[in-house]
Amino acid sequence: MERFAEYYLNLEILQRYGPEIVAGLWVTLGVAVATVAIGLGMGLAMAVALIARVPVLRWVIGAWIEVFRTLPQLAVIIFVYFGLPYAGVTLSPFWATAGALGAVLSAFAAEIFRSSIQALPQGQWDAAAALGLRFRTTFFRVILPQAIRLAVPLLTNRTIAITKGTALGTAVALPEILGRAQSAMAISANPSPLTLAACLYLILFLPLVVASRWLEASRVVPR
Amino acid sequence: MPEWLDLLLENFADPDSATKAWPLLRQGLWLTLQLTAVALPLGMLAGLVIGMLYALGGRITRAVLIVYIDLFRAFPVLVLLILVYVGLPFVGLTLPAFAAAVLALVLNNSGYFGEIFRAGLISIPYGQREAAAALGLSPFRTMRLVVLPQAFRAIAAPLASNALELVKATSIASLASLPELLRSARVAQEQTYNPTPLMLAALMYFVMLWPFARLVARLERRMLARGAR
Repeated sequence: MERFAEYYLNLEILQRYGPEIVAGLWVTLGVAVATVAIGLGMGLAMAVALIARVPVLRWVIGAWIEVFRTLPQLAVIIFVYFGLPYAGVTLSPFWATAGALGAVLSAFAAEIFRSSIQALPQGQWDAAAALGLRFRTTFFRVILPQAIRLAVPLLTNRTIAITKGTALGTAVALPEILGRAQSAMAISANPSPLTLAACLYLILFLPLVVASRWLEASRVVPR
Repeated sequence: MPEWLDLLLENFADPDSATKAWPLLRQGLWLTLQLTAVALPLGMLAGLVIGMLYALGGRITRAVLIVYIDLFRAFPVLVLLILVYVGLPFVGLTLPAFAAAVLALVLNNSGYFGEIFRAGLISIPYGQREAAAALGLSPFRTMRLVVLPQAFRAIAAPLASNALELVKATSIASLASLPELLRSARVAQEQTYNPTPLMLAALMYFVMLWPFARLVARLERRMLARGAR
């Protein structure tokens, strides 16, 4: 037990490296916020373009969705960071991670938004037309609010799952929690920094997981 | 041919680099398939056990299982892998990279699959079990013949979706220096000074996983359509 504490809860080491690792929390949060903004924003825009049947663009968006829904997140991050510079696009670790995760989230979000819009009964469109509403009014005031409510459970689960991918930024030298903990562990030859990192991830994501469970159980959003 | 296209082809579709990388990538693909073949059944089985324990358990069992599920759903799978692969050796428990990757994937997915099975099993009305008991079926046969078949239909979409995510997540084993597909591509890239192997690996992932991604999308659409009515 004593040996366990010395290795995994070494206060001396935690004091020395703690502040540095906690500072990584801000990087993790920054990437997470950027990922959600890029992913949900692009996802909604792409879904609208698909529903409006914009020519040519819908083929591009269709291909985008298939590719980024299928490839592993880490493979996309690695490709963006190590491959794209050969095509003249060099991104910082921060934007490579946020961009790659955002692209993956946008593909899932677009598909979820589109399916939700299409899942609404045709009667909603017909009723709006009977009231004399124009297409734009019908879409943004009648269809979209209902579709978003329908999309929320799938969307929150997917968003949480993909934001957890910020830890993958370690692979491209992003100085977030896990990366900092790993280097502190290498220098100090003690895994206590890792314990701290694990706790920080729990503090960050456990409330989200519990909230999503509550959201589903309370039926604030119809299933 | 315009110059920029030439440059792109040279960097992302170089036949020379592709030929050199191919044996490495083939080995990598094989290892990815092996990881999947071990971790996917184990993860699903663990999830099924958790779901059944919840459905049959009392208040305390249920509370403990919910905490277990949410803890493992909150941990990024890479953090679990690093804990297992780099953290455990300090107490004298050294796992080879393959076993460490399997353990991390199974722990993480036991939470996800557990939640899916749990939700599916409790969605079956209790009257079904009472009726089965009245017919003289044992609790085990009730589960197998009455409850599970109905639950499976209700959770087909999330089950398939999570299975696909597990296969994709095998790529994190590359960060425990296990030479699966993604790691092999990185090694080949550094050997040939050309990102063609990365492109090729992405293509291999896509060809392998795309049919399943289509299937998942179809199942999810059907589920949403049921929810809208």
